[in-house]
Amino acid sequence: MSEILFYAIAAITIGSAFWVVTSKNLVYSAVWLFVTLFGVAGLFIFLYADFIAATQVLIYVGGVLVLIIFGVMLTSKIDTAKISQSSKGKFIGAVLSLLIFGMMLTVILTTNWKVGELQSVDSTVNTIGNMILNEYLLPFEAVSILLLGALIGSAMLSRKK
Amino acid sequence: MNSIVNQFISAFSASDIPGGYFTLFATIVIISGLAVFGVMAVTALVAVYFERKVSAFMQDRIGPMEVGIFGFKGGKKFWGGIGQTIADALKLLTKEDIIPRLADRKLMMLAPFIIFGGAFITFVGVPFSEGIVISDFNIGLFYIMAASSIGVIGVILAGWSSNNKWSLYGGMRSAAQIISYEIPIALSLILVVIVVGSLRMTDIVVWQADHRWFIFHSPFAFLAFFIYFISAVAETNRTPFDIPEAESELVAGWMTEYSGFRWAVFFLSEYANMLIVSIVASVVFLGGWLSPFQMFDFGLFPESWMLLDGPIWGLFWIVVKAMILIFVMMWFRWTFPRLRVDQLMTVCWKYLIPFALANVILVSIWELIF
Repeated sequence: MSEILFYAIAAITIGSAFWVVTSKNLVYSAVWLFVTLFGVAGLFIFLYADFIAATQVLIYVGGVLVLIIFGVMLTSKIDTAKISQSSKGKFIGAVLSLLIFGMMLTVILTTNWKVGELQSVDSTVNTIGNMILNEYLLPFEAVSILLLGALIGSAMLSRKK
Repeated sequence: MNSIVNQFISAFSASDIPGGYFTLFATIVIISGLAVFGVMAVTALVAVYFERKVSAFMQDRIGPMEVGIFGFKGGKKFWGGIGQTIADALKLLTKEDIIPRLADRKLMMLAPFIIFGGAFITFVGVPFSEGIVISDFNIGLFYIMAASSIGVIGVILAGWSSNNKWSLYGGMRSAAQIISYEIPIALSLILVVIVVGSLRMTDIVVWQADHRWFIFHSPFAFLAFFIYFISAVAETNRTPFDIPEAESELVAGWMTEYSGFRWAVFFLSEYANMLIVSIVASVVFLGGWLSPFQMFDFGLFPESWMLLDGPIWGLFWIVVKAMILIFVMMWFRWTFPRLRVDQLMTVCWKYLIPFALANVILVSIWELIF
């Protein structure tokens, strides 16, 4: 049962990701990205990472995807339904993609995957919170400063002269 | 661990039923889905009638008074025209579904169902009483916030696919508005997480049963309730924050080109979202399914009133609290003029977010001291 679900979700994720790349219309790409992001959230749930799954939906679907569509609509000719993307340099692109695919495949095949016991985790939130504020405090603060810098930078760029 | 899904799982162990886990899974999904749809439909029916009557009395009118049920007409009384919403719903379902020739047909047909789906899956985590919740997640509050942020995609797509300038402006305004107002909502809900130390809705209410309603926890929590409620009104696109569908500027905003059933789906989702934010406000700040008499127990009420607790009375109290909040939203609608776009952003970014941020810091200090 759970294997069927896993393969279904994986197929949805990969299939929709394929359409994100190949759709000619940027808004359609965004809609397929919506499905992909949900698929990724589903995969996180399979890893008992419920908090990460909800974060995925909140940040990527509710935030990033909205901003992407918003950005697409702010480009020129929003009133015509012909916002298209084109593909250039197909040959080099194919070679690069194959190389990356080969690299990932090698890594996946040569890694000694550790299969642990299946254990049901009651709550991941407390652990994540404790980890962020104890063990990984410095990276966490560094990321905060990075985000603050990006925020101030964008406010600076968009303010009236 | 008391929720409808858990009760199902414990009632039927997988070996008893043919098909095993798959049947169990399908049963849970179908029954929960039907229950949620029923709640949404009843909410829309009741709330539309309520809204018509409330607006009528606020404007010194009578409101609907002709359509009755089985020949029962209330006339000029409050229950006059009680069949009006049923007639409205039937009218909407039988109207022609028009899709403009130059619109993007597929997306225009898809968009209402993204909005509806967002409201629909949010209900999975919304508790209606002690144990009357489809699934009591350990990340309940966070799940509700995440799931309710999905609908905006549908709004933007509806606006874009209609191929109409009013719709497009409405969709873009809505995107900016909902993304902005999610921040004060999250910041004010995080207060309760800091204090309670859990995201589970049941834990939040249990904490309030042990201590006091969260709105009376500290001055900051009191302020956070109002920040939450104002932002929630904005999230649900209600007046005075309904600039995405401002009639005087944008005809009907992002739903201009919709008609018939698809438009009814928008309507259903709007009232469902109102119910969700009201229930979340009552669970997080107003004691959820706890009886208000226990809260104000200064020996004023007879002893038997203290017994008005438990799942059934809990459902009653949560519905009463939510209805009061929905009434306040309607009161807002017929009292305040609509904000301008820039004013809307100013309210959010220059007033609500700084206050909400200060709240988070101050409530942490308050928790350390007391």
